[in-house]
Amino acid sequence: MTDAAQNLSRRNLLRGVGAFGAMSVIAACTSNEASDDAATTAAATTAAATGDTETEAAAQEEGPAVTIGFSAPEADHGWIAAVTDNAAAAAEQFGDVTFEATEGTNDVNQQISQVETLINGGVDVLAILPFDGAALTEIAQQAMDAGIPVVNIDRIFDSPLAYRTYIGGDNYGMGVSAGNFIGQRLTDEGVDSPVIAEIAGIDQLPLTQARSQGFADALEGYGFSVTARQAAEFTVESGQQVTANLLQAEPEIDAIWNHDDDQGVGVLAAINEAGRNEFFMVGGAGSANAMREIQSGESVLVATVLYSPTMAGSGINLARLIAQNKGMSDLVELAVPASITTFSATVTADNVEEYLPYGFES
Amino acid sequence: MNDTVTTLDETSASNGGTSWRDRLGDTQNLGLIAVLVLAFVAGWVTSPDTFLDANNFLTILKSAAVIGVVSVGMTFVIIGGGIDLSVGAIVALASVWGTTVASQEMGLWGMLFAFLAVGTATGLVNGVLIAYGKIVSFIATLAMLVSARGLAQYISDGQTQIVEVSAFRSLNNGDVFGIPNLVVMLIVVAAIGWFVLNRTTFGRRTFAVGGNPEAARLAGINVKRQTMLLFTLSGLACGIAAIMIVARTTTGSSTHGNLYELDAIGAVVIGGTSLAGGRGTMVGTVLGVLVFTVMTNIFVLNNLTTDLQNIAKGVIIVLAVLLQQRTQRGSDGAHA
Repeated sequence: MTDAAQNLSRRNLLRGVGAFGAMSVIAACTSNEASDDAATTAAATTAAATGDTETEAAAQEEGPAVTIGFSAPEADHGWIAAVTDNAAAAAEQFGDVTFEATEGTNDVNQQISQVETLINGGVDVLAILPFDGAALTEIAQQAMDAGIPVVNIDRIFDSPLAYRTYIGGDNYGMGVSAGNFIGQRLTDEGVDSPVIAEIAGIDQLPLTQARSQGFADALEGYGFSVTARQAAEFTVESGQQVTANLLQAEPEIDAIWNHDDDQGVGVLAAINEAGRNEFFMVGGAGSANAMREIQSGESVLVATVLYSPTMAGSGINLARLIAQNKGMSDLVELAVPASITTFSATVTADNVEEYLPYGFES
Repeated sequence: MNDTVTTLDETSASNGGTSWRDRLGDTQNLGLIAVLVLAFVAGWVTSPDTFLDANNFLTILKSAAVIGVVSVGMTFVIIGGGIDLSVGAIVALASVWGTTVASQEMGLWGMLFAFLAVGTATGLVNGVLIAYGKIVSFIATLAMLVSARGLAQYISDGQTQIVEVSAFRSLNNGDVFGIPNLVVMLIVVAAIGWFVLNRTTFGRRTFAVGGNPEAARLAGINVKRQTMLLFTLSGLACGIAAIMIVARTTTGSSTHGNLYELDAIGAVVIGGTSLAGGRGTMVGTVLGVLVFTVMTNIFVLNNLTTDLQNIAKGVIIVLAVLLQQRTQRGSDGAHA
């Protein structure tokens, strides 16, 4: 009996020690020190890269002090995180800017309240990347009505009355850039009726439809069309899953366009797993990771078409100019334009060095 | 003590209404096998060149592997009368926790340990809240769904964490006698799950607790402890699934495992497990997972769009459950 009891307590002791040991090891595992460092360096380089032009501008004309209110969705993936970083880095460049950023949220209700708070706090100008453009239109228009100009970043409001200036990426243009790159390269290689695969993002989104439309339209100019098209969900896992099946469907592929570099990590994992390399691939958005792959020269990924989060940095610059009643120095106009669409440049091995500092960590 | 165990045996058999042979799934799963055969015919007819390719079958099995392991854990929970909505979030949390720089510095074994420990510990928290905190499992795991994914996002800072440990990356490409590691893991986990469910006291207790917790308690089963262990087991399965998804995608991310709870519950239910608890089979669950992955594969082979895939998924769930009910009623009648 005592033996049994002793056994029992020894077992419990072992369990306890085991559990404690496990907990302490596990707790240590949440640290992401090194990658944090990498992120900071990346942010710093981005700041430095954007800084070149801005410090010049700032040095030229220090204007009246302005407060810029900034609101964006939750930084739950690389691109949005980079948007927030770029905005903060841009604001940092100016001695005359006070930057008030709210905590990112994917709850439109909360984002509306945050914008309200910014308005009540008396900011001079707002820069907003809405989680959902339609849902934030009303509050943005209220801000405009109250005399606070709004710079609308990327996801556009329903009504032009809700913003002073819109700056965003070009989804259709992304498709066109990707289509042109693939079409040109296949034509140069002399491939007849090539097998072209497309891995899209979330299909329900208008942005995905625009990207695919641009891609199809550009390919048509070369007499090509998309052979197989599948939609993933912008996540690594979905990219992997869809590509694994797609590679089975098409035993011989000439070119792939993948809409999004975040899901591209999964797409590349599936391609490596299948051991396929008879094709070349073009990415989308322009993550630092994709650019490093392109730079390595050993990957099937040879290019990526940009949808750069640096637009948020430009948005902050525009907000400052608007609040200070200035125009853009290289334009003849006295005021900032009402709409700016960034260009979807194609990053290849030739120019990747130049673009790498602008790549975002996915 | 021995006496209780025998009584318990009888209790579970009479309350659960399932004999061992039924749990093997020999009659109940006929409906599912029919659906699967139909799917194979459809795949063969629509894409004869690619569907029957051996590599394609491996692709299907590899796609089924991750969700399959999660579903094995889910089968235990649902037979035990609960539901676990947090599986996808636990997979995400474990995948992130095990791929932080600190974890990766500990190498392959440190990472493996982190995945399993985080999964198990999170499951244990679920189990304690439900069994001893007396929170309904639907609510407790719903709360865990939100907070575990939140924690995953917090730890990863919303970034995709790429695995640099080469030993881990090669895990995905390795095989045992030509069968990919991931598929081997699914087979092993499902086999162990089948054995534990059908051949051990733990399995019998699971049926008893899910079938009639009051009767189980009167039969001397520690119902709370059993419930806690079931959710811990589901957490462990999620930890294993996290290893697999990280190996497949070479990344840890808070977006991993999105909507796994629906896929797993769907597979378990079309596999013939009763949401009311107390009855179900492991074989049915594995078949249920296969039905989904084969369908997805066929849709991609035929270049069909996601919306069509989703419509079909819904129809298949209803169809399979209807078929299942029919054959079940038939077999129940036969046994009665």
